Amino acid sequence: MNIDFSADELAFQQEVSTFLAEEFPEEIRNKTANSIELGKDDYVNWQKILAKKGWAATNWPVEHGGTGWTPTQKYIFGNECAKAGAPEVMAFGLKMVAPVIYIYGNEEQKQRFLPDILASNVWWCQGYSEPNAGSDLASLKTTAVREGDEYVVNGTKTWTTLGQHADWIFCLVRTGAADVKNQNAISFLLIDMKTPGINVSPIYLLDGSPEVNEVHFDNVRVPAENLIGEEGKGWTYAKVLLTHERTNIAGVTDSKNRLKDLKEKAAKTSDGMPGSHSMLSDNHAWQQKVAELEIELLALEYTELKTLAAVSTGKAPGPESSILKIKGTEIQQTIDILNVEMAGYYGLPFVRDQFMDGFDGVPIGPDQAAASAPIYFNNRKATIYGGSNEIQTNIICKAVLGL
Amino acid sequence: MDFSYSEEQQMLQDSVSKFISTEYDWDSRQAIAKSETGFSADHWQLFAELGWLTVPFKEDDGGFGGSAVDLIVTMEEFGKGLLVEPFLANTILAGTLIAEAGSSEQKTELLTPLMEGNVQLAFAYAEPQSRYELANIQCNAVINGDEIVLNGHKAVVLNGAAAEKILVSVRTSGDACDREGVSLLWVDANSAGIRRESYASVDGQRAADIWFDNVTLPTSNLLGDVGEAIDVIEMTIDRAALAICAEAVGAMQMSLFKTVEYSKIRKQFNTTLSTFQALQHRMANMFIEVEQAKSILLMAAMEMDRLDGKAPKALSAAKSRIGKAARLVGEESIQIHGGIGVTDELDVGHYFKRLTAIQFSFGSTDYHTARFAAS
Ligand SMILES: Cc1cc2nc3c(=O)[nH]c(=O)nc-3n(C[C@H](O)[C@H](O)[C@H](O)COP(=O)(O)OP(=O)(O)OC[C@H]3O[C@@H](n4cnc5c(N)ncnc54)[C@H](O)[C@@H]3O)c2cc1C
Repeated sequence: MNIDFSADELAFQQEVSTFLAEEFPEEIRNKTANSIELGKDDYVNWQKILAKKGWAATNWPVEHGGTGWTPTQKYIFGNECAKAGAPEVMAFGLKMVAPVIYIYGNEEQKQRFLPDILASNVWWCQGYSEPNAGSDLASLKTTAVREGDEYVVNGTKTWTTLGQHADWIFCLVRTGAADVKNQNAISFLLIDMKTPGINVSPIYLLDGSPEVNEVHFDNVRVPAENLIGEEGKGWTYAKVLLTHERTNIAGVTDSKNRLKDLKEKAAKTSDGMPGSHSMLSDNHAWQQKVAELEIELLALEYTELKTLAAVSTGKAPGPESSILKIKGTEIQQTIDILNVEMAGYYGLPFVRDQFMDGFDGVPIGPDQAAASAPIYFNNRKATIYGGSNEIQTNIICKAVLGL
Repeated sequence: MDFSYSEEQQMLQDSVSKFISTEYDWDSRQAIAKSETGFSADHWQLFAELGWLTVPFKEDDGGFGGSAVDLIVTMEEFGKGLLVEPFLANTILAGTLIAEAGSSEQKTELLTPLMEGNVQLAFAYAEPQSRYELANIQCNAVINGDEIVLNGHKAVVLNGAAAEKILVSVRTSGDACDREGVSLLWVDANSAGIRRESYASVDGQRAADIWFDNVTLPTSNLLGDVGEAIDVIEMTIDRAALAICAEAVGAMQMSLFKTVEYSKIRKQFNTTLSTFQALQHRMANMFIEVEQAKSILLMAAMEMDRLDGKAPKALSAAKSRIGKAARLVGEESIQIHGGIGVTDELDVGHYFKRLTAIQFSFGSTDYHTARFAAS
């Protein structure tokens, strides 16, 4: 057994960290460090820098402009980025729709869509969920009816993350049979967001951010050439994509960073216990909670490395990814609430502008306290989306335990 | 043994409960929370007319009676409606201090208009460095003859924006954190040298940070004896903690109720969420938490009314246990709702936010667990 990186891998790690030190914009670094929300431009700027270096598409094959990295290299890259405070690339284009296009799309579609995704020239969003199709995605009702060489799309997609910025949306739609149970009637369709009949309305989350949207389709005419692969195969494609490697699903390095930050701040925060003059970091109950969290995170790190080692030897990642999702999000949410706890009374003020770019008012409370509760509220989503933790648990029951 | 309310308490509960169910539906509450002042002046007048603003006070002071049980009866119902009117800041925080420490002139000047709904008050006690330690006070007041000069910064003052008069805990002698040398005074909110930054809090209520820069006031504005205010401040904060415990119990019941109801109508996989045993058990667990919370709340209220010195420990037990329940019930309600739970639109997320704010007000869960252990 051996968990050390090889000499080549260590050299690669050095290369990545040097690149990040030189190229990762200071401005974005500062925003992340101060819990300021990143905007569309921040993502696009950073992704364009990565693209220039040839590192934007870490999961794509080389022939389409990907890096061709080994799983370990991808892991190292993700780690170094998180350490540097660099955001992950927006998944929708580079990690979600692109693999479907290069695996199942035709030559023309590959030529048409992949270069712009690689260069971050277009912003994609994901149109799967519907008001009545969440965990049970296969019950989706948005229809695409073939008329000549067009599909006419009607229905409502919801929870569409950052759809307000999107140029394109990839959708699961129902073609043909109206039989709701039938997964073989689901197709994978790419839709230009500028097409007449599309209406995007914001949904505000608990932190006040318009992060998700409802997207309405009212007789939207989509060229049939935008269908990926075959009609009725969309469900299969989407499933393959889901089991397709999802890097950094556990968010271990990000959690490590946040934990480090939490500990540093706790050493500068009074514990506020009656008659006590010590710091929060010296408080026994606090230490206990932080230690338990750190231990859980350590175990998860090794669970992730174990999975990585298996993937490196060619095994497909199985239900392990459910463990990574469940434990990873639980850990993130524990860090969220500890930050609120540390903020004390200063967790209460809700001065949304204070954690937005360009704030020039009077800041209320110490660093990061202002964003602590909104982050805690917002991030309750982590155990709900991407296959809720209950659904992940069901997967373990079925696929691993055979229950 | 008798866990039932007195006739007066029952009537009080009925009247608050009727108001919440008929006048305080979700849309009205949201409209009020988003209005400029963040509360309804009409409602405030109504509360005065109905006598609710007298609930925390003894009959001698013109109040309803002032028992802890009266208080939890009221606050539990307020919690169900997620009331944003500044009842806590006015009557429980400022009001209790005046009733307990004020002279009869001060009661006439401050408490009477408070009970009549004619003045807005606040109590400024927390400071940026203090967290929950009430004696950790850097705001200082220098007494010179019959004049006081006040300097300092108070943090997250509930109702700090609307308050016309502000009660302030100050240090008149000793070092930061000394129990001796803490005094209490009140100041006109519009006095020269006062600066306020007001904001909404995460739970839709209003608060402010307040800076005092050489604010001068007469010594007649001191409440109680100079340097001896810490006991009454602690007792007041404990009352406020009990009040929000009751509010949490009300909010948790609603959050659980709404979650159970939602699970019965939301269908996925051709069946309602309520049929998944994984979720059933979690809702049953939430119910157990709510019952434990209700029980410990009653225990604490009864201990407080007994006046035998055991109140702080009992209160800490309640705040600690209810904090734990509030976290679980709040988080589970969101999770079981799924995506709709994290939206601003649905009420369940706002119960969650208030339940979160309660956990970290007047001593966090950990603070009270530690205080319980130490007392
Ligand atoms: C912030 C956010 C961003 C999102 N972004 C996108 C996006 O960009 N594109 C997109 O297509 N979708 C997106 N989603 C949608 C997300 O995938 C769904 O919210 C998720 O699938 C859950 O569906 P639901 O919200 O309808 O909850 P429901 O499916 O109604 O579930 C409610 C609760 O029941 C539980 N449950 C459901 N079935 C079972 C079962 N069989 N056993 C036990 N428990 C069960 C769930 O775990 C959950 O706790 C986003 C969601 C959120 C909150």
